[in-house]
Amino acid sequence: MYKFSLVFVFLFTSLVFAAGEMKAPMEPDWTFQGPLGKFDRAELQRGYQVYTEVCSSCHSMNLLSYRNLVQAGGPEFSEEQAKAMAAMFEVETGPNSDGEMFMRPAILSDRFVSPWKNEQEGRVANGGAYPPDLSVMVKARSGGADYVYSLILGYKDEVPEGVTLDDGVYYNIYAKNQKIAMPQVLYEDGVEYTDGTAATEVQMAKDVTAFLAWSAEPKLEERKRIGFKVIIYLIILSFLLYFTNKRIWRDTSH
Amino acid sequence: MGTDKNRSSEETKVTRRDFLYLTTGSFTAVGVGAVAWPFIVQMNPDASVKALASTEVDLSPIMPGQSISILWRGKPVFIRRRTPEEITEAQAVKEADLPDPETDEARVQKPEWLVMVGVCTHLGCIPLGNKGEYNGWFCPCHGSHYDTSGRIRKGPAPKNLEVPKYVFLDDNTIKIG
Amino acid sequence: MSDNYEPQSAVGKWIDKRLPLISLFSGHLMQFPTPKNLNYWWTFGGILTFCLITQILTGLVLAMHYVADANLAFASVEHIMRDVNYGWLLRYMHATGASMFFIAVYIHMARSLFYGSYKEPRELIWIIGVFIFLLMVATAFMGYVLPWGQMSFWGATVITNLFSAVPFFGEAITNWLWGDYSVGSALLTRFFTLHYLMPFLIFGLVILHIWALHVPGNNNPEGIDVIKGQDTVPFHPHYVVKDVFALVVFMIVFAGFVFFSPNILGHSDNYIQANALQTPEHIVPEWYFLPFYAVLRAIPDKLGGVIAMVSAIAILAFIPWLDHSKVRSAKYRPLYKQFYWLLIFDFILLGYLGAQPATGIYLILGRLATLYYFLHFLLVMPLVGYIEKPKPLPKSISEPVLSNEEQQAKANLAT
Repeated sequence: MYKFSLVFVFLFTSLVFAAGEMKAPMEPDWTFQGPLGKFDRAELQRGYQVYTEVCSSCHSMNLLSYRNLVQAGGPEFSEEQAKAMAAMFEVETGPNSDGEMFMRPAILSDRFVSPWKNEQEGRVANGGAYPPDLSVMVKARSGGADYVYSLILGYKDEVPEGVTLDDGVYYNIYAKNQKIAMPQVLYEDGVEYTDGTAATEVQMAKDVTAFLAWSAEPKLEERKRIGFKVIIYLIILSFLLYFTNKRIWRDTSH
Repeated sequence: MGTDKNRSSEETKVTRRDFLYLTTGSFTAVGVGAVAWPFIVQMNPDASVKALASTEVDLSPIMPGQSISILWRGKPVFIRRRTPEEITEAQAVKEADLPDPETDEARVQKPEWLVMVGVCTHLGCIPLGNKGEYNGWFCPCHGSHYDTSGRIRKGPAPKNLEVPKYVFLDDNTIKIG
Repeated sequence: MSDNYEPQSAVGKWIDKRLPLISLFSGHLMQFPTPKNLNYWWTFGGILTFCLITQILTGLVLAMHYVADANLAFASVEHIMRDVNYGWLLRYMHATGASMFFIAVYIHMARSLFYGSYKEPRELIWIIGVFIFLLMVATAFMGYVLPWGQMSFWGATVITNLFSAVPFFGEAITNWLWGDYSVGSALLTRFFTLHYLMPFLIFGLVILHIWALHVPGNNNPEGIDVIKGQDTVPFHPHYVVKDVFALVVFMIVFAGFVFFSPNILGHSDNYIQANALQTPEHIVPEWYFLPFYAVLRAIPDKLGGVIAMVSAIAILAFIPWLDHSKVRSAKYRPLYKQFYWLLIFDFILLGYLGAQPATGIYLILGRLATLYYFLHFLLVMPLVGYIEKPKPLPKSISEPVLSNEEQQAKANLAT
């Protein structure tokens, strides 16, 4: 009876996956997957470049600060590099001694500067669809990095017959119902990588997705590192306890 | 303990048994100690607090004999443009007369500008300026007197007012922190 | 083994004479006579105590950083994840810990059901347990609202709207719950307050649960009364070490989730900040509520669904009287055993259906499974007691223990 029930559950689970309404995303090899996976620094640095030069014209990353670019387990830019990157943006601050707000270059402790003054501005500028904040995007979509990567690359030039697209809606094979309000943004050589990597669409999509995966889970490396030690410790402890337990019960018939 | 009865029968293997129990026990203790660490250290200042910017102050509006207070890391910092008399007075004091001996030269980068954290070293109140028996600061909470260099002279406070890290960016601007 | 512990030191004696705390602990946590045949299913009591303490401790420190305000809650949770020292660890422990707590409690309840631990003289232990479970459900639900993601917000909306099913006073009650005309900051703040309070109520009930347990002592896999001394061993060190061993194995699974798949038990939509203008496509509760969620949806009537869901838990409190068989352990109840596994399968099926859309075959299956869930307790349990001819019980727990091979041989012959 018990085994029977397990088989039943498995059967149903597989049925449901087959009936999913979205195309299963591509699954590239991520350096950060698996129990020992880590981020690739160069990849994250390129990803930041793609985000700033392409994505950031519409998408904010409100939960990140420029100081995060320096911290261990991330892109690990040098402090000078990060300061220079921050200084390319301006933030409003104040009030000064006259009670006026004023603009100054951003510093490490500032949050990533948003492209919009507020949500409504972003909404109006994009035909009513607010480009969502990307800080935790990879964790906020089932499919995670695979989904985000696939979506960026999912645009097709030819729209199949029978698909009608409204104004401001684009065809994307990985989007729900194959329709999405974001146009294709990555094109060959859309950025010029400072490290000389060829900026193919696939390369840029991979880099920026890795960057977003890091921004969603900035403590991933620390987590896995500590986790590894904890599991090893617990396994050793369980062996010790197993033998202690055996020893204690040795003289009791049970 | 309940194992008393069994003890005699096990006495022969007592060393091996004790070794196993001791290893298991101490190994457990190490783990419990390690787990306590995150629970304790989470109360320390977090990354966003540590990253908070240092404060820059424009000194140009301060006239000799005037002082200002600014907020730095949630605490007041006194910046005083001292008069020549105050400077002479501060420099004339003998170290031997001080509860917390320190020369005035060691406490300032430019004698005209005295920069220090405005928190009484006794119990954290904010001393009042131009008050007290030594022409400096006076803490109203428990009656500590500081001189024109911010050094403790009389009262319960044990130490001189703290001098924070600061640099002169130019003649009229300092950066604290 | 002596029943009354005498402190050795002068200080110990002095204290114990005035407040017999040391004797109390020694009596209940050290010398307590425990049946020597308890299997590993009995270690989940200790594991659950660990879960409760872990949740209270991690929750306590998370509350030092969390802000219960609709505009700040989501960001404050991310602040914990990004900036607070080891904040990510504490939060993942707390979030995953809730799931581990429910895994353990379901196993604990299933063990009780199998071995008849709810029967005379242990009815009150079981009933207190049902109340603990009820409080756990409430606490976990409120806790899930606190990060103020999309699932938090819409879960809170859907569940608080259940109260609008109450005739006449429905709207008044929901508005009272919300402190507003919809789910918002007022609700978030009161949920936070209650989420902080309830674990301590659970803790109090757990003490009663153990107190009530220590009056008759533990049930055991044979389900027969033990003879003190001959059939028992002191709790310490025998069961302390055994429980800790089981706990450490449990912790390996726990750590596996926390460090290597911390988000697998949650829903990705909860990393989207709450948005009152947009409902997620599927509102799914946390996995541990799915069976009850399936019961709710199986009934095509608003009030009826709510009543069914509440009854699904409340009915548990009446089991000690619904099952009147004198034999405790299902080991000696061949017919009950079959239905027991059917119930377990039914419950898992309900859990699976709770995650599916309530349409077509799922809805039909959901109704059948719900029907069986209630029939099991209301009809099967009482009837089996009459029909079933239990296997002969051993005279003492030492008997099957000592002649294990003999029993095996008998059992083999029988089948």
